[in-house]
Amino acid sequence: MTRDPDTAARLKALRADLQPELVKLERRSLLRSGLSLGALTLLTGCDLSTGSNGTLADRMLWAMSKFNDRVQGWLFDPTKLAPTYPASMIDTPFRFNAYYPPDNIPEIEGADWKLEVTGLVADKSPWTLEKLRALPQESQITRHVCIEGWSQIGQWSGVPLKTFLERVGADLTAKYVGFKCADRYYGSLDMPSALHPQTVLALDFAGKELAPEYGFPLRVRVPTKLGFKSPKYIASVFVTNDYPGGYWEDQGYNWFSGI
Amino acid sequence: MTLVPEPPARVVVIHPLVVRLTHWINAVAVFCMLFSGWAIYNASPLFPFTFPKWATLGGWLGGAIAWHFAAMWLFALNGLVYLVYGVASRHVTRTFLPLSAGAVWRDARAALAFRLVHRLGQYNAVQRLAYAVAFLLGALLLASGLALWKPVQLQGLAALFGGYEWARRVHFGAMAGLVGFIVLHLALVLVVPSTLKAMITGRARVMPSETQA
Repeated sequence: MTRDPDTAARLKALRADLQPELVKLERRSLLRSGLSLGALTLLTGCDLSTGSNGTLADRMLWAMSKFNDRVQGWLFDPTKLAPTYPASMIDTPFRFNAYYPPDNIPEIEGADWKLEVTGLVADKSPWTLEKLRALPQESQITRHVCIEGWSQIGQWSGVPLKTFLERVGADLTAKYVGFKCADRYYGSLDMPSALHPQTVLALDFAGKELAPEYGFPLRVRVPTKLGFKSPKYIASVFVTNDYPGGYWEDQGYNWFSGI
Repeated sequence: MTLVPEPPARVVVIHPLVVRLTHWINAVAVFCMLFSGWAIYNASPLFPFTFPKWATLGGWLGGAIAWHFAAMWLFALNGLVYLVYGVASRHVTRTFLPLSAGAVWRDARAALAFRLVHRLGQYNAVQRLAYAVAFLLGALLLASGLALWKPVQLQGLAALFGGYEWARRVHFGAMAGLVGFIVLHLALVLVVPSTLKAMITGRARVMPSETQA
């Protein structure tokens, strides 16, 4: 399986564009083990670390982050829609985002791909792209807000996650919907956000089948949350009551991260 | 203890305990918000510069955001305590009012000519204006910060700032203004160090003629 020359050339150009940011990304990943290096300066000579639990400041920040999860769950209005925009406001080119450079974008053959469904669902049979396309589709032009602060307006379409969860007979009273991805990324949503009318399993970006850099063959799009809460290259969906965490959340990003 | 004949000044409380406590809690909260906020800014700079690493808090973006979203509660709740106390006890009106453009103009000219006398516990019109601006900037930082935190759930508030991207710029501008106030504030403390002692003990030696409850 090799990429067609056009895609390969586009990804190569993308890598050149992103070079400075990738340097930043590598630096960030070196530091991610310490949730709060700054905290050390506040607690000089007062090392309260208890193994993996970290410093007093670390534990306090984790507790505040859990508190913020609860506040955001309470603030979240399941009927409030994210603002939508006219097609003229769509940002191009749209940024590629991942914890790795574009060279490492997983190469997935659409015809071979299958979506696994596990956990608290009645029907665990895998889904093909064709089957997903046969479900009711929803399109949206919404703002993607990155945890780094920047934002871009894009257009996604696909199957509302709620429709999908209903079709597979998911326990909609369960707490979490989790995702495992082909690029070893993983993430999870609270059930109310998963059932939000604008939360979709996106198959298309900008009116075309998802390009490799935007998550082919399937990604989640959650316009009520920060960008990192919308995993790409989804390999499996699961429903659970056990907190599944996420790639960035397990390193210190706030889990709920609603907007 | 000896009695001083005809004391020219007497010691009075110019900063009540609640004001002193909320002042120092606010100082900690604001510095946490600034340094973590600069780290967040650095993740995606709005302008062609970044803040030096030593002036950031959190180590990496996740840490900085954890600090920012923890300290915001301290900043907001402490500000609320101050506001409720200040209004209920009339501390705010007594300390910062009246404030008129004419008085600001007069005191600004006097200050520039080094003719303005500093009286502990009593603010001149320029100081009153500076504090009023600082309070407004604090409120603006809170409101624009809420719009950035929740541009969907609080989309009405975000729209008030012209949407998410404009709210980022307002948040940055209000921060820059507040930093300007802090620089001025600290410079004046260096010029008149007795103000620092007064904000710790609450007490200051003032002339009987200029006492003010």
